[in-house]
Amino acid sequence: MREYDTVVIGGGPAGLAAALSARENGAKTLLIEREARLGGILKQCIHDGFGLVRFQEKLTGPEYAQRFIDQVERGEIDTSTLTFVTRLERTQAGFAVTVVNRAGVETILTRTLVLATGCRERTAKQVSIHGTRPAGVFTAGTAQHFTNLLGQLPTKRCVILGSGDIGLIMARRLTLEGAKVLGVYEVKPTPSGLTRNIHQCLRDYDIPLHLSHTVTRVLGEDRLTAVEVAQVDERMRPIPGTEEIVECDGLILSVGLIPENELAQSLGVELDPKTKGPVCNGQLMTSVDGVFSCGNALHVNDLVDYVSESGELAGHAAACYAPAPRREVALRASPALLYAVPQRLDLNRDNSKTTLYFRSREVLDRCVLRLRVDGREVFSKRYPFLRPPEMERLDMDFSQFELSEHSKIELDIEVTGHE
Amino acid sequence: MSELVCIVCPRGCTLRVEEEGETLQVTGNGCKRGADFARSELTAPMRTLCTTVRTAFPDVPVLPVRLSAEIPKGQIFPVMEAINAVTVDQPVDMGGVILNNVLGLGVDLVAASGLLRPADG
Repeated sequence: MREYDTVVIGGGPAGLAAALSARENGAKTLLIEREARLGGILKQCIHDGFGLVRFQEKLTGPEYAQRFIDQVERGEIDTSTLTFVTRLERTQAGFAVTVVNRAGVETILTRTLVLATGCRERTAKQVSIHGTRPAGVFTAGTAQHFTNLLGQLPTKRCVILGSGDIGLIMARRLTLEGAKVLGVYEVKPTPSGLTRNIHQCLRDYDIPLHLSHTVTRVLGEDRLTAVEVAQVDERMRPIPGTEEIVECDGLILSVGLIPENELAQSLGVELDPKTKGPVCNGQLMTSVDGVFSCGNALHVNDLVDYVSESGELAGHAAACYAPAPRREVALRASPALLYAVPQRLDLNRDNSKTTLYFRSREVLDRCVLRLRVDGREVFSKRYPFLRPPEMERLDMDFSQFELSEHSKIELDIEVTGHE
Repeated sequence: MSELVCIVCPRGCTLRVEEEGETLQVTGNGCKRGADFARSELTAPMRTLCTTVRTAFPDVPVLPVRLSAEIPKGQIFPVMEAINAVTVDQPVDMGGVILNNVLGLGVDLVAASGLLRPADG
């Protein structure tokens, strides 16, 4: 039976970074990927803008991934592609990982696990659109797979529902390839994607963005022939009388991403209802000892640079892991925040260089982030603006605050208004 | 005064540009690149272009490619047409040039993926 110190599940940007970091820190490492090639979703993200934070360069997705893949292939890291994890079980010394691939079924033993399983797109069924079930309704990621990997244009004339980044990127991509994108419809009053993508993907190509609008029905038998769109009120309910029929052969959905944590749940890992990823401490260890989480499985990131960063942290922590009692305290996010990661701090570990990731719940101008311990403010930082699509990152030295398990640590945002 | 959103990096700063005689005064930018972007955007907007090119390899029907530098915004569709006329029939490593000096714009079309990396390379 093969035995490892660290098994990393998922060969996207988080898993690649985690495997490299685990190996560098001395762990005998196996990287498992279900697809034929490493790189995860970056393989089909052919647009540029990746790596600005990490490499100060504007790379395409495949270029960014290749930098890590080359290192993994040069390093002493075992990789298994076209390999699917079917079961995780706890053992006395760690975990048993059962996989299936062309060679058959195999069980591998490991001391620690890094879950880098990424996220999934929300589908048409999950946003409950009424009507028939014709061909021509795709998630943005599926449309991207067809266009960028298979070289097949999935639509000639389409409507995009949701203003997530992949939807905006696909609006531009389909337009470049000769399709007509009739409009992007967003149920919320503000866009979900990065502001720069609204400009470089929609405005540059005169693609209209309809805020507070949604698709209420799909029409067509074998193939989509039209969608019905309508304006919505402040509670996101369609306003009767505003319906309009838009003729199209494609409906592209960009309505959100959900961390993929079925494997984590099979081990009893506690999930955070806000992030839909595991509850983690500053070392990115989940509620189960020896199980670490990173990348979009932990929380949906806006930039791949931060995905790699969390992968490195998780890989390092997994390689250096030794069982020890925990002394954890919760790091609470006030309702002004959509979420904050990590959700806990283990006071038995070094918390002097903890990286915090957070998003505000609403678009806020001129505001201040406050960190309070037992009601007393210990840190604050001003922001000219905070926007939920743009994740914030902050390095924090928690060791300076004399924390105990009973400390009440809270992150909050207050709007200061115009001075 | 005009207002625009910087697209240089994901921060997406809101830039305010005021004309002062011959020069453009930029505020709201988080870094120098923002000021450069605002000036270029208001005089001669430039864009990068990333797309795919057809190949003769059945396992890799299309190869991700990009231009080596920015081109004038108005040249995007003419350049797309030139790219769509190309079929890659030889292995090419990431960064390898597929088309020299596209439409005389002084930029090359380069492979942005290692999918067709030569076997011995």
